[in-house]
Amino acid sequence: MIEYVRNVRLWFAPAAMREEGDTPDYRFSLANERTFLAWLRTALALVGGGFALDQFLPDLRWGWRVGLALALLSAGALCALRAINHWVRCERAMRRGEDLPVSRFPAVLSVVVSVVAVAMIVVVLVGLEGWQR
Amino acid sequence: MSGAGSPGAASPGDGATQPERDPGLQSERTRLAWRRTTLSSTVVAVLAGKALLGSGGAVGIVVAAGVVFAACWVGFWVIAHRRIRVLEGTRVPGALEHRYAVTVVVCLVVTVACGVWPVLRG
Repeated sequence: MIEYVRNVRLWFAPAAMREEGDTPDYRFSLANERTFLAWLRTALALVGGGFALDQFLPDLRWGWRVGLALALLSAGALCALRAINHWVRCERAMRRGEDLPVSRFPAVLSVVVSVVAVAMIVVVLVGLEGWQR
Repeated sequence: MSGAGSPGAASPGDGATQPERDPGLQSERTRLAWRRTTLSSTVVAVLAGKALLGSGGAVGIVVAAGVVFAACWVGFWVIAHRRIRVLEGTRVPGALEHRYAVTVVVCLVVTVACGVWPVLRG
């Protein structure tokens, strides 16, 4: 948690980071930037999915529809925050010449998406009776 | 310098006489990544606007939330446009500026925060 707060401070104080280590090869920085953008698009897809689920499943019961939509929206926001945090950490590690940070976030996100997808398949196969309003 | 402008001076793929060519096309790939991101943000903005129109809330709140959604979408495009100009304009572009990264993430988080209201009403 303290580490996270320190990282958040780095988002807004790039000069503090520039004093550390050496500027990495620009190609590595650009690759890091593209990874950041790919995570940002993942976040955008989750947010878009939340809005779409809310609008295109009007027959779903209110609690399920709003709950799933809010879960997707917050997953998207979380993914975006994590994207910038990871970008800052990678940039700093490259400046210091350290190993790139590892993360269990991709695995967690894949498991969550898989569980939601399997749940949706079950709902479609079993029928929507219990879920509809 | 190496005669890139004069025909026949350098054969294609000759790295020794064309040092300015980046074989990995890093700038182009990064530029296209920004372009894809703006397209994704457009889809999100359209869906958010649709959710807002379908919420049936008070006109004032709908307009205010619509302005916020539009501002976030414009924020995405402005940042992407600036970054793309840097990537196109320089041969060895610097790293992404922190304020650019922070701005796009803030735009997304604000969109989510404002999107909660129409979703709860829907």
